[in-house]
Amino acid sequence: MLEIKNICKTFNKGTVNEKVALRGVSLTLNDGDFVTVIGGNGAGKSTMLNAVAGVWPIDSGSILLDGVNVAGLPEHKRAKYLGRVFQDPMNGTAATMEIQENLAIAVRRGKSRTLRPGITKKEKQQFKEMLKQLDLGLEDRMTSKVGLLSGGQRQALTLLMATIQKPKLLLLDEHTAALDPKTAAKVLELSDKIIAENQLTAMMVTHNMNDAITHGNRLVMMSEGQIVLDIGGEEKKKLTVEDLLQKFEQVSGEKFANDQALLS
Amino acid sequence: MFDLEILDLFRAMPGSVAQGLIWGIMAIGVFITYKILNFADLTVDGTLGLGGAVAVMLILAGCPPYLVLIASFISGILAGLITGVLHTLLGIPDILAGILTQIALYSINLNIMGKSNQAVSVDQYDLVVSLRYISEAIMVGVIFLIIIIALLYWYFGTEQGYTIRCTGCNENMSRAQGISTGKAKVIGLALSNGLVGLSGALIAQYQGNADVNMGRGAIVIGLAAVIIGEVIGTAIFGKYMNFALKLLFAAIGAIIYYLVITFVLWLGLPSDNMKLFSAIVVALFLAVPYLKNKYNTSFAKAAKKGAE
Ligand SMILES: Nc1ncnc2c1ncn2[C@@H]1O[C@H](COP(=O)(O)OP(=O)(O)OP(=O)(O)O)[C@@H](O)[C@H]1O
Ligand SMILES: [Mg+2]
Repeated sequence: MLEIKNICKTFNKGTVNEKVALRGVSLTLNDGDFVTVIGGNGAGKSTMLNAVAGVWPIDSGSILLDGVNVAGLPEHKRAKYLGRVFQDPMNGTAATMEIQENLAIAVRRGKSRTLRPGITKKEKQQFKEMLKQLDLGLEDRMTSKVGLLSGGQRQALTLLMATIQKPKLLLLDEHTAALDPKTAAKVLELSDKIIAENQLTAMMVTHNMNDAITHGNRLVMMSEGQIVLDIGGEEKKKLTVEDLLQKFEQVSGEKFANDQALLS
Repeated sequence: MFDLEILDLFRAMPGSVAQGLIWGIMAIGVFITYKILNFADLTVDGTLGLGGAVAVMLILAGCPPYLVLIASFISGILAGLITGVLHTLLGIPDILAGILTQIALYSINLNIMGKSNQAVSVDQYDLVVSLRYISEAIMVGVIFLIIIIALLYWYFGTEQGYTIRCTGCNENMSRAQGISTGKAKVIGLALSNGLVGLSGALIAQYQGNADVNMGRGAIVIGLAAVIIGEVIGTAIFGKYMNFALKLLFAAIGAIIYYLVITFVLWLGLPSDNMKLFSAIVVALFLAVPYLKNKYNTSFAKAAKKGAE
């Protein structure tokens, strides 16, 4: 499915701000894998996801999606394979456009956009049904501007947009971090549901150790631009937060200095 | 005495309406970049002159004045493409990209005309609009605006139109949804400047000449029209302002702008100060929403509340 081979990324090369963000990351995801990604601030989690999404070109290595190297494709061309939800709820939607218009844009991801209508009657009907499933009352606000929605509603909508066309890979980068605990739990539950129902392959970055353990079938830990831990199968199921903290110390030889992570 | 002066004002008004309608086409062009694409495009000043220069020279060469409008429209598209390429492919910031094209166009317009001013007389040529026939000019202006608004209303409802609106709102999201934001910007700029070029052609025919300085400050008039139109449109229609109404009010803003200008000229403000006046009007309209918001949520107010 996804094969990341030895990718490296250095930001601002040759300047005083030079920052090596990824030092040879390799990771293979099988079909239907749901991987949670943890690691301290600046570990390179977002950078890895952005590398896959093509936000900027990587320095070296390859990124294979179903055997095809996509490392040379610009972001908008890679988009047809990917669904993405970001940390900032403002980021995933167009605030000045209607809910149904946002969905119409998402449903055309990866297709050529012509002079046909931007949204059709049939689609509006379909969107209404889909929004009903979210159970947030959005089906009655299809023509409202997305800017009027709450953060949680926007994340739920972004999730729907990311998966409205089954992506080869779903990338969730701390997509519940900006939400209050109750809303975060709801959006996470929704993510689980969508991933399970559509049998999606997904990567989810989180700072919540508990979430990382209880969700998905695989857990990856990053530190200083490298993957330092990769746990799957039965071992993952039995994992506890204490185990994880211990493993982190073992691998990196230092305490997991992230209070956000310890809180959970 | 006083009555006579009022009559002067009334006599001048149809002319202002005609002028406003024709400049309204440019205002709609500015609306596309400034409001939809969120791109401060200063190409406009050069493009307006380009449209005028192309129109007048082609008419002098014997082309039918109607056909000439198409040529001016296309010349505007090219100008927009250049700014688009400077910005998207060469990474030049939006304002600077526009200024570069604008400055380049000044020389190009001079070259096209061979000198700084070229006249076409309505006595010699069958011009589309002329200030000598104001009621016809108003009719032509209205027809053009209706067609343009209808076409744009349709276009921005298409898949491609959505990409431009989406790019103007959220570039990261657009790319994540597979939209080529660079392409969307170039198309938007081309379309916008095409309309500005067309407007320039009509302005040149209306006033009977093209001048290399005719576009100077056009962007300010365009912004004034867009902002005045938005304020008035929102006051009347509130949240029922749909896209067609927004375009219409950009044009209405231009008409109001010219009526106001006529009014202040009538009051006796020397016409040399017109640009100063325009700049102040735009600055005021841009600042008022900001200041209003700031007043409602100011630190001073918060301090007072806390002290109570
Ligand atoms: N676009 C960029 N330009 C320059 N440096 C960057 C850029 N993106 C990330 N970095 C740097 O790369 C390193 C890794 O950042 P990254 O965002 O991947 O961390 P992260 O693991 O997602 O951390 P967090 O938990 O804080 O989100 C950091 O030092 C960061 O400052
Ligand atoms: Mg991050």
